Amino acid sequence: MIAILTRELRLSVRHGADTLASLLFFFLIVSLIPFAIGPAPETLGRMAPGIIWVSALLSAFLSLDRLFGADFEDGSLDQLLLSGVSGMGIAAAKTLAHWLVTGLPLLIAAAPLAAMLRMPEDAYPALLMGLLPGTALLSLFGTAGAAIVVGARRAGMLLPLLVLPLAMPVLIFGVAAADAAATGMSPRPHLLLLAALLCAAAPLCPLAAGIALRGASE
Amino acid sequence: MLRAEGLTAIRGERLVFRDLSFSVPKGGALILAGRNGAGKSTLLRLLAGLARPDMGRVLWEETDALADRAAHGRRVALLGHQDALKPGLTVTENLAFVARLSGRKIRPALEAAGLEELADLPARMLSAGQKRRLALARVALSSAPLWLLDEPTLGLDDAAVERLGKLLTRHRDHGGMIVAATHIALPLPGAESLRLLPP
Repeated sequence: MIAILTRELRLSVRHGADTLASLLFFFLIVSLIPFAIGPAPETLGRMAPGIIWVSALLSAFLSLDRLFGADFEDGSLDQLLLSGVSGMGIAAAKTLAHWLVTGLPLLIAAAPLAAMLRMPEDAYPALLMGLLPGTALLSLFGTAGAAIVVGARRAGMLLPLLVLPLAMPVLIFGVAAADAAATGMSPRPHLLLLAALLCAAAPLCPLAAGIALRGASE
Repeated sequence: MLRAEGLTAIRGERLVFRDLSFSVPKGGALILAGRNGAGKSTLLRLLAGLARPDMGRVLWEETDALADRAAHGRRVALLGHQDALKPGLTVTENLAFVARLSGRKIRPALEAAGLEELADLPARMLSAGQKRRLALARVALSSAPLWLLDEPTLGLDDAAVERLGKLLTRHRDHGGMIVAATHIALPLPGAESLRLLPP
């Protein structure tokens, strides 16, 4: 599994433009919103958690169809499946690599972008603590979805249809946690729900993705 | 020893082949022949455990090889239709993954494939024949006893075919097994041949 993770990270470094695309996309969406809804600090601050979360979600999904698609097309997926690592192990390594390359940078970029939107200071810890399991969940759901559509025609179109409904609870609880903190309430129940989702998805998504990958190779 | 018993494959609604039985002993080689679409690549994928046969069994040392497909994967080095190379990585980096799995050094495999001078070149700069040689170097680097080769000579020049012959002989001398699908004669002395005929 470590060998697969190393391979993925090396590929991400070599294809730096693809890796940066998600982050740039995140930055661009968040920067565009004030132009669309006006620069009033109260409005922006109130909407900031929602803007950050929706932008992070869309950015995380930007490169998903290539996650297994490229390996499937050039025959590398067969080589991964013959590496002796189970399908679940391959999916878990891919998920971790996706999170390290996409989720973690989004998490780091979220704080300065929230400051740009004048988000209330009290909401920062809740936003970031929500994004931590949140981005991991997006990588888990995204990897499972990408494995299911690999080899399908129009995989890029199918993928959001499959993954976005799964990501809805993540979005709802993530934004609710930051909103609760901004209005002086406890974000704890929402964060615990995100953590519970992560506990369920961490084994189930790689399992589903592993089975889908075996199916795709047949 | 690898043994196949009554293998039958159906793709879509088409019967590709049926009731194929053969065995490959240690140090042995089997050449798959047959016209395009006869099922040579399908058979190689079945033997690799990448697909399941619709009927029949693949046995490894007389136990079901496909019961644990991840474990069977460690016994197999596959050279498929595609070279499975990443164009953005260098020649050496393309081999790093298999080298890590097998614990072997990359340099000798590059030398065996005649690619030592191109070690630091990105794979996208290689010609079709050089890419095939790199894919062969990946097979040579693996510690798997069973090599499954799908048209290994595709795009290779005479010198590269000769090098391939040496590679195959060395693998067999160490007790390795080879199953190769090919349309042209391969340097595999004493190899058995299996012709896939339309069912």
